[in-house]
Amino acid sequence: MTAGITPSQTVGPFLAIGLPWPDGPYVVDPGTDGAITITGRVLDGAGDPVPDALVESWQAAPDGSFGHPDDPRSGGSRGVVTPGQHGGGSEKFRGFGRSATAEDGSYLLVTLKPGILPGNEEHAQAPHLDLSVFARGLLDRVVTRLYFGDEQAANDADPVLGTVPAGRRDTLIAAPVAGRPGSYSFDIRLQASQAGPETVFFDV
Amino acid sequence: MTAAALPSYQRPVGVHPPLDSPEYRSSLLRAPKLAPVPLPQRLTEVTGPLLGAERVTGTDADLTRRHPAEPLGERIIVTGRVLDSDGRAVPDALIEIWQANAAGRYAHGVDNHPAPLDPNFDGAGRCLTDSAGRYRFVTIKPGAYPWRNHLNAWRPAHIHFSLFGRAFTQRLITQMYFPGDPLFGQDPIFNSVPDPAARQRMICRFDLDVTQPDWALGYQWDIVLRGRDQAVFEEHR
Ligand SMILES: [Fe+3]
Repeated sequence: MTAGITPSQTVGPFLAIGLPWPDGPYVVDPGTDGAITITGRVLDGAGDPVPDALVESWQAAPDGSFGHPDDPRSGGSRGVVTPGQHGGGSEKFRGFGRSATAEDGSYLLVTLKPGILPGNEEHAQAPHLDLSVFARGLLDRVVTRLYFGDEQAANDADPVLGTVPAGRRDTLIAAPVAGRPGSYSFDIRLQASQAGPETVFFDV
Repeated sequence: MTAAALPSYQRPVGVHPPLDSPEYRSSLLRAPKLAPVPLPQRLTEVTGPLLGAERVTGTDADLTRRHPAEPLGERIIVTGRVLDSDGRAVPDALIEIWQANAAGRYAHGVDNHPAPLDPNFDGAGRCLTDSAGRYRFVTIKPGAYPWRNHLNAWRPAHIHFSLFGRAFTQRLITQMYFPGDPLFGQDPIFNSVPDPAARQRMICRFDLDVTQPDWALGYQWDIVLRGRDQAVFEEHR
């Protein structure tokens, strides 16, 4: 039964007072070995930038684990995990990123590429981030997933991408930026416009 | 590892406002038009950031003590528990709030409501729930403010609340309202919640026991996040 749950409300136009953190976009320190950069814009149904949105990310570490007691491999521990050989062993990996959008609708995440997640009675999951988008005009968050364009074999076998209509899957794929190794581009289109089709959002 | 060993969180059917709520004009170009794709909960969805004490500093839970002098307005205490829908407390969880000042003005460059700013009030607060899921803020009562959604549109007084819970699926951002506000009837954001009983759960309760004599009025507000799916949880205890 879901009786009793507190309803969602919009963040409104002034979310910047309460939500952004100076270190929000940095899931790892930008100097960390293997750090990748994800940038993109949040766009509305006119193709215009959304300057009052917040993008949050949640993901596994490079070894595919979560620093969370409900990850059966965690041994019940909580908190940050060290990124292992990808991070030199000392830098902290938070798993969580948060970026308010700028005037041009752009957001930034600096993180490590997550590992492949083990499958259960299904294929393993390709490396991915879960994203929440909050904004003025959104009465509840919208949830999407970001996959990586240079992981095509894993993406082809991913059980979630497999449930998305084939013609819409590429809205979930971050494109490697030519000439900038470790940089990916991922726009989030709340509605279709001349900028492109609507991003796939999930009911979780 | 088997799929059944993971918790699963109940779907909040009929609780949250529909994204497509045209009376709220900002939703017109921003609410997605296509139906969301169902996403069965897997590891990424049933885990989530467990943000701790490193996110909260000394005066973050007392918005009246973050500046050289006290802010103007009616001093209030807002306290309650964070629970999930099975009644379990959500301990050690980060809560972030933001709000307008007593005159209904946000300390934000985009707010052009011609009401005074208060140099002693920035409107931002943070705290962690304790081991029983309890939280407590001291602040001032925010004012109502006009917005341009429709002719003579005013937001009822509210405080924005952001909560993490312990899983990505439990993430919630909402607004807390005050009892008896005469502006509820004309507010499309408050009324975007379709179920009148669910709407009432966004309204705090005046509480004389929380009120501190000669100092501050007290309000009580519990926040309820999505609970775990009981069948799966019991099976694997
Ligand atoms: Fe507001």
